[in-house]
Amino acid sequence: MNKKLRYFKRSIPFYIMFLPAFIYFLINNYLPMFGIIMAFKNVSFRDGIINSPWVGLTNFKFLFASADAWLITRNTVLYNVVFLVLGQLLGIFVGICLSEVRNKKAARVYQTLILLPHLMSMVIVSYLANAILNENYGLLNRILVVLGGEAINWYADAAYWPYILTIIRIWASIGFSSVIYLSSIVGINEDYYEAACLDGANKWQQIRHITLPLIKPTTVTLIILGMGQMMRSDFGLFYLVPLNTGALFRTTQTIDTYVYRALMTLGNTGMSAAAGFYQSIVGFLLILGANWLIRKLSRELALF
Amino acid sequence: MMVYSRSDKIVKTLANLVMIVLSAGALLPFVVLFMASISDNDLIVRLGYTIWPRGFSLEAYAYIFDNISVIGRAYLITVFVTIVGTFVSLLVTNTAAYALSHDRMPLRRVLMFYIVFTMLFNGGLVPTYYVYSQIVQIRNTLPALIVPNLLCSAFNVILVRNYYRFSIPSTILDSARIDGAGEFRIFLRIMLPLSLPITATVGLLTAIIYWNDWQNGLYYLSGPEYFSIQQVLRVMSTDLMFLANNSTNTGVTRNLPLSTIRMAIAAIGIIPLLLVFPFFEKYFVKGITIGAVKE
Repeated sequence: MNKKLRYFKRSIPFYIMFLPAFIYFLINNYLPMFGIIMAFKNVSFRDGIINSPWVGLTNFKFLFASADAWLITRNTVLYNVVFLVLGQLLGIFVGICLSEVRNKKAARVYQTLILLPHLMSMVIVSYLANAILNENYGLLNRILVVLGGEAINWYADAAYWPYILTIIRIWASIGFSSVIYLSSIVGINEDYYEAACLDGANKWQQIRHITLPLIKPTTVTLIILGMGQMMRSDFGLFYLVPLNTGALFRTTQTIDTYVYRALMTLGNTGMSAAAGFYQSIVGFLLILGANWLIRKLSRELALF
Repeated sequence: MMVYSRSDKIVKTLANLVMIVLSAGALLPFVVLFMASISDNDLIVRLGYTIWPRGFSLEAYAYIFDNISVIGRAYLITVFVTIVGTFVSLLVTNTAAYALSHDRMPLRRVLMFYIVFTMLFNGGLVPTYYVYSQIVQIRNTLPALIVPNLLCSAFNVILVRNYYRFSIPSTILDSARIDGAGEFRIFLRIMLPLSLPITATVGLLTAIIYWNDWQNGLYYLSGPEYFSIQQVLRVMSTDLMFLANNSTNTGVTRNLPLSTIRMAIAAIGIIPLLLVFPFFEKYFVKGITIGAVKE
């Protein structure tokens, strides 16, 4: 008994140290988790969640009866798939290029420059994009005009935006993904390459038969992690970069921008909560699935 | 030592070429933006932005300087939020990580799950907004820029906890305990100094997130009182558009160098980051790689 008490007493400092994080996650994460029941209520912020009346699946009926549900799911998932596939392919390509630059100083300068976009907030990115795409002054339209074409109002036609957003996303993230792959390539034992050289393998054969197979675990991990995030989108990229333009919603509206606009602009709490619930639950299942997959491949890499 | 064949040389040249093109591509929008910001507004209106300055004028910067009270205040708020936010975040993250790193802490597994589960399931914007606006009532206060979503991340807690567990020999801690040192003392005097590399990396990434954050301001600030530099930039991007769209009707705004002001404002948001980036790039790269592939 005495021993138990002493054991407990000795643990008190640990509980005290854990307390701030405990309270923070309670407020920031666990209260909102219970708050997803808002999706089944007709919530008015004045009455509070508890006192608002239950409405069953009404919010979901409205959401899925509208064309929006399909549109935002399609946009979110398709953009994620394109970003994920292109991100890996280009990340590997640039990572290999960086590793082939033998001049250390040059390699460092390249890395600094391609990492710069990743350092910028989406607000800044939206300004940079505007410097290129602005209808009247933008660089792209100047080039088009000089080449004898006509200026295009990029912010008025939704058809351009899948390409524009993909390019901006790749531009902003290529430094990030190539640095990850570079660190994976640098970790490969030099002996493999020397042995291959002695056997007369050329650079391309070395890349194909040594580098690519050995960075496969990194690729697989990144892809599976990305699959767990299929229902999420970079809010800033889809909200700020198209300058919050209604005419572009067909190709720029994702679940995150929809939830925000339904809540803040339209004041439609029910619909917004329903879309958020849908995102949370499907997202949760995807993460569990992704983790299950990673565990099957390698226990060490699994999240839990 | 290494013998380079001809094909090696070709690959090396190609790699350099690719990297030069990509670096130029990464830099291009920045160059266009800076050049536009020091250009003559009338020339821009006629000829558009390009990669060299059209004429030379600091009119846009003079206009911003006239409104220095707005920009200066926003910068102060950004600096305050970044410093305080990073400090509190590191404190909460490191203390929790220390508790979880201790083998004999009762309920360690349960508390670990409490942290990890926040990475799996997310209530989303609507309930989070409800909690922070109705229950905690954080709207239009300075903590609104610091607390929601940014103060402590489960991922960082686990990262630091793993460092404590696997990179710091437990014999050091055990001998300190035998010498009668309390846990707070061990944490402050031994754990924190020994874990400086991971704390610096996590701290830097946290600081960048605070410096760049604009979403908390969008959600929780309704007036300009606590606008950080990112909020000012965000609002001015659409406000200037509004002015520009209406400038033909009103005489007042026609005199403003609108097409260059927008770029000068963005430049003012970019320059501080560019100046300090070379000094912390090493930690930034380290943060990216440990963040992506778990240790």
